[in-house]
Amino acid sequence: MRWGVVTFPGSLDDADALHALGALGEPAVSLWHKDRSLQGVDCVVLPGGFSYGDYLRAGALARFSPLMESVVRFAAEGGLVLGICNGFQVLCESGLLPGALIRNRSLSFICTTVHCRVEETDTPFTRAYGQADVLALPIKHGEGCYVADPATLQALEDDRQIVLRYVDTAGRATEAANPNGSLRNIAGITNPTRNVFGLMPHPEHACEALCGGVDGAGFFRSVHSSLTEGAPMRSASVPPGL
Amino acid sequence: MTTALPPVTAAQAAEHGLTAAEFSRFCEAIGRVPNLVELGICSVMWSEHCSYKSSRAVLRGLPTSGPRVLQGPGENAGAIAIGDGLAVVFKIESHNHPSYIEPYQGAATGVGGILRDVFTMGARPIANLNSLRFGALDHPRTRYLVGGVISGIGGYGNCVGVPTVGGEIYFDKAYNENILVNAFTLGLVRADRIFRAKAAGVGNPVIYVGSKTGRDGIHGASLLASAEFDETSDQKRPTVQVGDPFTEKLLIEACLELMEKDVIVAIQDMGAAGLTSSSVEMAASGGLGIVIDLDRVPKREANLTPYEILLSESQERMLIIARAGAEQAVMDIFSKWDLDAAVIGTLTDDGLMRVRAGGQEVVQLPLEPLAHGAPVYERPHAPPANLEELQRLDLAQIPLPGDYNQTLLRLLATPNIASKRWAFRQYDSLVGSNTVLGPGSDAAVLRIKGTGKAIALSVDCNSRYCLLDPYVGAMIAVVESARNVVCSGGEPLGVTNCLNFGNPEKPEIMWQFRESVRGLSDACNALGVPVVSGNVSFYNETDGRAIPPTPTIAMVGLLPDVAQHTTQWFKSEGDVVVLLGRTREELGGSEYLASVRDTVRGTPPWIDLSVEMQVQRVCTQAIREGFVRSAHDCAEGGLAVALAEACISGPGEPLGAEVEMEASIRPDAWLFGESQSRIVLSVRKKHVNRLRDLAREADVPCTVLGEVRGRRLRIGGLVDVSVADLRSAWADALAQQMES
Repeated sequence: MRWGVVTFPGSLDDADALHALGALGEPAVSLWHKDRSLQGVDCVVLPGGFSYGDYLRAGALARFSPLMESVVRFAAEGGLVLGICNGFQVLCESGLLPGALIRNRSLSFICTTVHCRVEETDTPFTRAYGQADVLALPIKHGEGCYVADPATLQALEDDRQIVLRYVDTAGRATEAANPNGSLRNIAGITNPTRNVFGLMPHPEHACEALCGGVDGAGFFRSVHSSLTEGAPMRSASVPPGL
Repeated sequence: MTTALPPVTAAQAAEHGLTAAEFSRFCEAIGRVPNLVELGICSVMWSEHCSYKSSRAVLRGLPTSGPRVLQGPGENAGAIAIGDGLAVVFKIESHNHPSYIEPYQGAATGVGGILRDVFTMGARPIANLNSLRFGALDHPRTRYLVGGVISGIGGYGNCVGVPTVGGEIYFDKAYNENILVNAFTLGLVRADRIFRAKAAGVGNPVIYVGSKTGRDGIHGASLLASAEFDETSDQKRPTVQVGDPFTEKLLIEACLELMEKDVIVAIQDMGAAGLTSSSVEMAASGGLGIVIDLDRVPKREANLTPYEILLSESQERMLIIARAGAEQAVMDIFSKWDLDAAVIGTLTDDGLMRVRAGGQEVVQLPLEPLAHGAPVYERPHAPPANLEELQRLDLAQIPLPGDYNQTLLRLLATPNIASKRWAFRQYDSLVGSNTVLGPGSDAAVLRIKGTGKAIALSVDCNSRYCLLDPYVGAMIAVVESARNVVCSGGEPLGVTNCLNFGNPEKPEIMWQFRESVRGLSDACNALGVPVVSGNVSFYNETDGRAIPPTPTIAMVGLLPDVAQHTTQWFKSEGDVVVLLGRTREELGGSEYLASVRDTVRGTPPWIDLSVEMQVQRVCTQAIREGFVRSAHDCAEGGLAVALAEACISGPGEPLGAEVEMEASIRPDAWLFGESQSRIVLSVRKKHVNRLRDLAREADVPCTVLGEVRGRRLRIGGLVDVSVADLRSAWADALAQQMES
């Protein structure tokens, strides 16, 4: 399989996503926001950063880029899309995921390590984890407070679309463990068809023991195995076994 | 030589900050009286900020060369080879005056400016640090300034994709009305792909790239940075620039992409004095001339005058000398990144700066006097009248603390010692995937991808020591930042300095400056580390009151093996706690005296550079042999604070320690004195003898203090506190004071 990492103007963690994929032995290409071609990749990563300077609202302008039209179509056809931090914001602004991400409760940017509980393992993004695994992952954002109206939140719960929640080290979703005020401690969600996943923590910064630990690698490994082992959602463009 | 505009008067020259002698010197150099635009150019080029006219003669004493130095002072930043065909490019620079007037934008554009100095050289910025000094936290303006500066640094740094990995934050009422914001950037470059600002090639095009020019920042360098504050300073707010980190990010990518192609002859950022200094300095250093047409400069608004365009300090702009014929290649890359680029002039061979606007020639000046003709002042110098009085300290008059537990807790909660996590967590310290150790240990450590190596970074200065003895204080700033690097596993490679002082026209300030530079030189020579770049900030005074001398040092070190990076906190119970170095009975200039006894006096701690070197060598050797579990420099707050920090500053649960006490000196000096050349190590029991051998060979005192054990810190019979209490005093103090 092959990964594509999008670069918008103002993307910052695009190189880090490419680096992490390289460290995990995953082939990946860079996708440019002005292009329309996804170059036949099997999973698109929308990386962290401040696309278009986050002017207007975080992620609000990226949705109008030519490449995002292709990403929206790709997602509608069942293609896998992983949005990290600003990428999660872009997914919400594009309507690929419900809800919105607003200013942190503290009103300031937060860079720290948080703990997250894996709520769902039957998604292409989390199948390498165990149910209720507690992961140590970095966050770094100013606008990571997930909000949605009550009906949407209920639908997310009912459809088991809430994939990650902020928890303490013992795995409890407490108020103190919630770094940004997200409703129901939500750190990451999927769409109903589970092929689009957005999360505020940065798994690409947790793939090497030397820099940030390895708890984030499972998200990338999950995608790899779901595309190469399980019933593939799209045909793999390169042979598995990497 | 004449232009279309009338000559200025002596009064206009004075309004531009030129003395009568300087004005006549300039008129003589150009053979006539300049017009207003030309006067503006002269006033910025000859300002203290751009010309270093008060400091140049003194700075000649600094050691600037070495086998690894690829670029010393004089370029946008310094460069040092780190092997594997790579080099690090780094510099520290002040943005003090703007940050006091407008803290958010002042600090933000300080970060933006230092980033440009580094990527101008072709290096990708990989780390930011900063050294900040504020007034007392209970001063009415301090919290506003702290909040603004921290969010400005974060607001800019977080948005350009360069991690802010550490720094220092000090509070002292001496900075109530003159804060210091010193920003440091380090970049990585292929050693054979360093770009410089020396123009070449008559007929080569001069290309303007980046943001459009507006009216912001006019006279930032000459009027704001080169004069004292007084009651009218708030009116100078329009001289503060406004930053756009999004554009900076695009500019970084576009410039680095362009640098992959063989089209750039010279490049410089438009920083202080904007288009003027970049064009003058590049053309003059190549011994050429330059013609610029202001009608072609991308502008934010119509009706900008030539004066405004030339002196604007609008941010995120660069000036490029390209190879003739490569214009389109430049345009294509900047258009890809949606940035403006325009050919605005050409290089000539006539040694003149000629500027056209609206079809008229408005400037026609010889470049040599602009770039190198400013006077070099040997300003008078004399020690401050109150120095002897300040240095007098009779320890017999200082009562011993009644309760050492409370004293330790109080020290841990002083804003100078307390955890700075409240500030650092507002910075992205991870982007770039190189951060092995972010803020919170002695030095930051970043791996160099593809090499197995890492670099260690520390900024440091104790300005209380510098006030009491600027020579000794400056030496300590150098050796302490080196010690931080050594404790993290690095070997010092090189230094950049930011010399923050009061008004150099006063003899006592000039004396402080000269003594500090002498201390820097002696310490750098002893350690064998060159100074490769730096910045001088004078006129940090308000209504005649100067800041303490503050020669901030940023030290860059190299770890040959990233796996040997070492942290300051204890790792496991049963490890043995060892002190390298000797504790003396000295309390002068200590945080303990300042915060507990409200006294800043005495002489700074004793320092002997050869002893310091030996202590650092033993620590480095022990780390190389792989048995050091933790290493922590003894600094503000002394041994007791260093031990407490080793217990509580790690990411996991805090660990306790049981430590014996030496009774030969006053207990408060033993616990809280700030004797130099000391490092607290922890090692496994089986390695204690090896450490002792290493220390004996180097003639370094090596004392087994005790053991990592339990959940309390016990020191002799005097200190006995739970690590939970220590941690909460230390961890929460700054947030509580900022958010109360």
